[in-house]
Amino acid sequence: MGHLGTNILFAGNNFQRLLGGLWTTIWIALLSLIIGLILGTILGMLRTLKNRPLRIVLRLYLEFFRIIPTVVLLFLAYYILPRQLNLNLPADQVAVLVFALWVAAEFSDIVRGALISVPQHQRESGLAIGLNHWQLFRYVLLPQALTLELPATINLATRVVKTTSLLMLISVMDVINIGQQIIEANGQTHPNGIFLIYGVIFFFYFIVDYSLSLLAKKVDIAKQH
Amino acid sequence: MTKEILRIEKLNKFYDKRQVLFNIDFSIKQGEVLALLGPSGSGKSTLIRCLNGLEHFSSGNLFFAGKKLVPTEKNWQRLRQKIGMVFQSYDLFPNLNVLDNILLGPTKVQKKNHDQAKQEAISLLQRIGLTDYTAAYPRQLSGGQKQRIAIVRALALHPELMLFDEVTASLDPEMVRGVLEIIKELSEKDNMTMIIVTHEMNFAEQIADRVLFLDDGHVLEETDGKQFFVNAQTKRAREFLESMKF
Repeated sequence: MGHLGTNILFAGNNFQRLLGGLWTTIWIALLSLIIGLILGTILGMLRTLKNRPLRIVLRLYLEFFRIIPTVVLLFLAYYILPRQLNLNLPADQVAVLVFALWVAAEFSDIVRGALISVPQHQRESGLAIGLNHWQLFRYVLLPQALTLELPATINLATRVVKTTSLLMLISVMDVINIGQQIIEANGQTHPNGIFLIYGVIFFFYFIVDYSLSLLAKKVDIAKQH
Repeated sequence: MTKEILRIEKLNKFYDKRQVLFNIDFSIKQGEVLALLGPSGSGKSTLIRCLNGLEHFSSGNLFFAGKKLVPTEKNWQRLRQKIGMVFQSYDLFPNLNVLDNILLGPTKVQKKNHDQAKQEAISLLQRIGLTDYTAAYPRQLSGGQKQRIAIVRALALHPELMLFDEVTASLDPEMVRGVLEIIKELSEKDNMTMIIVTHEMNFAEQIADRVLFLDDGHVLEETDGKQFFVNAQTKRAREFLESMKF
């Protein structure tokens, strides 16, 4: 029993702390996704318009967030925002900011791709009944794009959840950071604790990401009823 | 004197530098049926699409009910409520059921009361015998059913003019009749003004009051409907009619 380190998992309030870390991971991912998906939908719609300067700016925005590693983005926001802009945000808010902008960038590309693959005659028959551009997006194009977007969106959400593991680098108390603390605090007495703690963390991530793909499957079936 | 619904003056259309429509002039009166005929590539589809702004014409004027259209996107939007259009591909919105397909225009564009619009939609569906399908989704319907519903969707806006762009071209042969019968009934019972692009010559002969024969973007002749099929004026038109026969 002891040498696998089960007792460090339940010693003190270690397990509650891990759950707390998991909650931090979940709410940061969730909030970033909500903000990012809404913003990304708007940007994706704008990217299908004919306005060339606007499209170029949005394309640069996308490429910036796609090319620069997330760690670098996190450090940039964590160190530069307070120093250059005098904006002192707590680490978890910095995390949400960076992740939401990243999700928005990636999702704008998913939305744009889905919108342009809705057949042209759908657009035209919408226009033919007198819909304006906004109504065309709202009632015809976006609902059809949604079905096409689903797999890529779930993939993105899974990546966001996984990437929260980087947040320990800007000292957010996520599940990895707390796990690491527990391991280090007990390293002398329970050198094998690392396997157990990371095993538990693996299990946590699995549960979160697997329920995401279950959700995707359910939505997909509901769409086809 | 019957009211003029639509008049086109000196309409030209270019794709980049290539001109596809040349100085088109015609008008259509209340209750009239005008058939646009001609070989493929003659510009009939482009022309009919210019009439509700899906294609922008490069020069020329369009008058609707005597009023000249200033071709801004807003004005087109307003005009499209009076000009219904049905296309070759039966393009109901797959994300909406039959009833919502029909109601989208009346409730969202014309802001009509939902219940009242629904009553109207159901009585239109009654006319085409599809009242059982209000909750069905487009993918559950046959091509002919979809096309008949697309016609109803356009009618729900109470248009003053209907445009039909090869509406039977992608239907199975046994579905064609049902769709054509509805169009005929619209003309005979409702006295609907219509412009029709079709390859169904027998149908055109039965229904057209007038024929506009296009070739290479020019109107080669404009002839009374009955006359055209027995005694077309131009050699090109006679050749065309001959080529459509087996």
